Amino acid sequence: MEATKQAGFGKKLVKIVTRNPIVFLLLIAAIVVGCLVENFFSWANLTNLLSNTAIRFLIALGVSGCLITKGTDLSAGRQVGFAAVIAGIMCQRGDYNGRLWKFLPEMNIGLVFVVVVIFGVIWGMINGFIVTKLHVPPFIATLGTQTIIYGISLVISDAQPIGGFQKIYTTLINGRIGNVKGFHLPYLLFVAAVFGIVFWFIYNKMRFGKYMYAIGGNDVAAEVSGVNTTRTLMRIYTTAGIMYAVAGYLLAAKSGGASASMGQGYELEAIAGCTIGGVSTTGGIGTVPGILIGVLVFELLKIILQFLGVNPYYNYVVQGLVIVLAVSLDIRKYIAKK
Amino acid sequence: MSEYVLEMTGVCKAFPGVKALDNVELKLRPGKVHALMGENGAGKSTLMKCMFGIYKMDQGQILMDGQPVTISDPMDALSKGIAMVHQELQPIPARTVGENIFLGRYPMKKALGFIPMVDHAKMYADTANLLKRVRMNFDPKQKVGELSVSQMQSVEIAKAVSANCRVLILDEPTSSLTANEVEALFRIIEDLKAEGVAIVYISHKMDEILRIADEVSIMRDGKYIGTWEAGELTTEKIITRMVGRELTNLYPKRENTPGEVVFEVKDFTSINPRSFRNVSFQLRKGEILGVGGLVGAQRTELMEGLFGIRSHTTGQIFYKGKELTITRPKDAIDQGVAMLTEDRRGSGIMGVLSVADNISIASLNRYLDHGCFINGKKVEQLVQDNVQKMNIKTPSSKTLIKSLSGGNQQKVLVGRWLANNPDVLILDEPTRGIDVGAKYEIYCIIADLAKEGKSIIMISSEMSELIGMSDRIMVMCDGRVTGFVEGNEATQENIMTYATQFE
Repeated sequence: MEATKQAGFGKKLVKIVTRNPIVFLLLIAAIVVGCLVENFFSWANLTNLLSNTAIRFLIALGVSGCLITKGTDLSAGRQVGFAAVIAGIMCQRGDYNGRLWKFLPEMNIGLVFVVVVIFGVIWGMINGFIVTKLHVPPFIATLGTQTIIYGISLVISDAQPIGGFQKIYTTLINGRIGNVKGFHLPYLLFVAAVFGIVFWFIYNKMRFGKYMYAIGGNDVAAEVSGVNTTRTLMRIYTTAGIMYAVAGYLLAAKSGGASASMGQGYELEAIAGCTIGGVSTTGGIGTVPGILIGVLVFELLKIILQFLGVNPYYNYVVQGLVIVLAVSLDIRKYIAKK
Repeated sequence: MSEYVLEMTGVCKAFPGVKALDNVELKLRPGKVHALMGENGAGKSTLMKCMFGIYKMDQGQILMDGQPVTISDPMDALSKGIAMVHQELQPIPARTVGENIFLGRYPMKKALGFIPMVDHAKMYADTANLLKRVRMNFDPKQKVGELSVSQMQSVEIAKAVSANCRVLILDEPTSSLTANEVEALFRIIEDLKAEGVAIVYISHKMDEILRIADEVSIMRDGKYIGTWEAGELTTEKIITRMVGRELTNLYPKRENTPGEVVFEVKDFTSINPRSFRNVSFQLRKGEILGVGGLVGAQRTELMEGLFGIRSHTTGQIFYKGKELTITRPKDAIDQGVAMLTEDRRGSGIMGVLSVADNISIASLNRYLDHGCFINGKKVEQLVQDNVQKMNIKTPSSKTLIKSLSGGNQQKVLVGRWLANNPDVLILDEPTRGIDVGAKYEIYCIIADLAKEGKSIIMISSEMSELIGMSDRIMVMCDGRVTGFVEGNEATQENIMTYATQFE
């Protein structure tokens, strides 16, 4: 009896590992690197990993709805950059010489947050409109808007780096609690956790989430079943816009500066994280915990490369390979069943 | 020399968890039509896929002209003279007839003596000849996407003929053809027989089988039951052997009594001039209104128009005297109308989602706590109620719907609509692609719903189903309603008379 139970557990473990090969490969790589390189298993490194993951996770949550409904959002990174630029400009100190918008008084950073989110809603609705009303495929639609958004960011920021933030903006967002041998709990982590929980509820317990999975599973059937697919997709792209705005707002403060090129390539990292975490490119599949693991693992990959002292330019090569590998393994699950 | 052109013996094939084929045999004589019959899931398609090299057999042997052969993939099968016309045609719509037929083996020529180029002149000349052989006279340069389904099928058959096939597999070839087109297909089959081609004919339609088959092999649950001369068989004998039991009643006894008119359609016309027009009809409480007609009569289009999937220009829909405005399915659903669509995979199931998600999607408003969070227990209760009431066979409510059989998927979809407690149910080909046993269960469900006072519109292309289940039959032809027949007076003849009233 005990033996069969153990055999069952072993089988289950093998199943989990074979279903998520990249996750386990990278975990093994992390352990190996940790044993070889000093300071890899350090509290400071863990803090670093977690706060990097937090912001990427928010972006990945945003893009996940688009992916689950068989769409995509290539404007994610540029929207993050736009939000960072707007937030950065509006959060500049009143007495800072290089202020871009001198006509503004020193702004309350809470108010800035609201403004940035409103812009996120607008970008999201524009994407949603192009996809649902103009029927442009999401890949092309967001390819177009990302260029537009980048252009506007360049115009607004005058292609200059933005600095001189109010102290409260940077300290609040970089704030953290506790200190155990260099390990802190960054506030960002709590923000990510709250959004993670909210998204879990939306995806699992609310109509909106069920409609999203239904559209991803079969959009025609969803429409026939009374799902207003236009409105649901509109909301998905808008929600995504909000998440990028939040991420951009946090990212500017975290970096202590902003520029139009901020967030470049984040859409691909977010899509990669989602895919590694089991969001299927064929639609209808994906979970919030999966996305978290996917993003975490992808950040882990970056840190491993950094600790191995790999030439940073090669990082792109490795990351690209992992993305291709992740999607090809995902697709294999469906091909094998035929 | 063997008397058989192709023999399969002792074929076994297992998939994880199921034995799809268990010691099956099939022997094909040249110039004969060999019907292969069995319920869905009996293993017919699996056997054909083994013959055609799509699947590898676990055990068994294939002999051609008495010599053992191995068939490694479809290209290999074609080169050995085995061709297959699939149930779901897969043409390339934006390319021409000729390009589709010669896809992958274009005739080549050398331009300037060394540049390899496709020899279009030869390709189209050959195509014209092939089309003549299958008695079709359309332009080889026409785009396949512009052809009707039956013409596309002829293209597929022409393709098979062009490979000089000796064995031709036809998988449900008539499922989307009109009566005239079926006749045309049968003429082609006669021609091929005369040329000595052995034809495997898979179909559920008894009248066709009895008419054109020379021999009939029957399978059940992956096992080979036997082969008979077609002349020895009757519909009853075939069904008995297919299901392994006597089927006394094909249709349940109905105890519904149609009441007052609840649903009325007046002068309903599509935005597409070639689709439905000037349609008016009434539907009574507790009535089953059958909708008959040939394929292409625009029955599905009409119902999809009423349900808000397609647009209309003029026309009114009344429900209990009140006029309804329907622009998308949600509007119809909110007013108590439900529609089970024809294409189960295309517009019915969400394959990668669970049974619970699939059954609850149209009625989520009913399971909300505090108007916002879905109550999992209520959804589970819904699933269990339906599983019990309709005898749905599923391991659990979390099972993905795509892993259920067609009949069980259909029951889940019926459950999806019943969860909304609609008053008017539109059922479009509710038993298509479902095996005989599950069909009867679906009929019982329909009869029960009518008895409860629900009004039902049922489109069906199976004559006996229409006659057996309807209180009244509305017949359409070419987008118009051409007549109504009372259920107890309905015959194949009077329905067909209305169905062929072309203008």
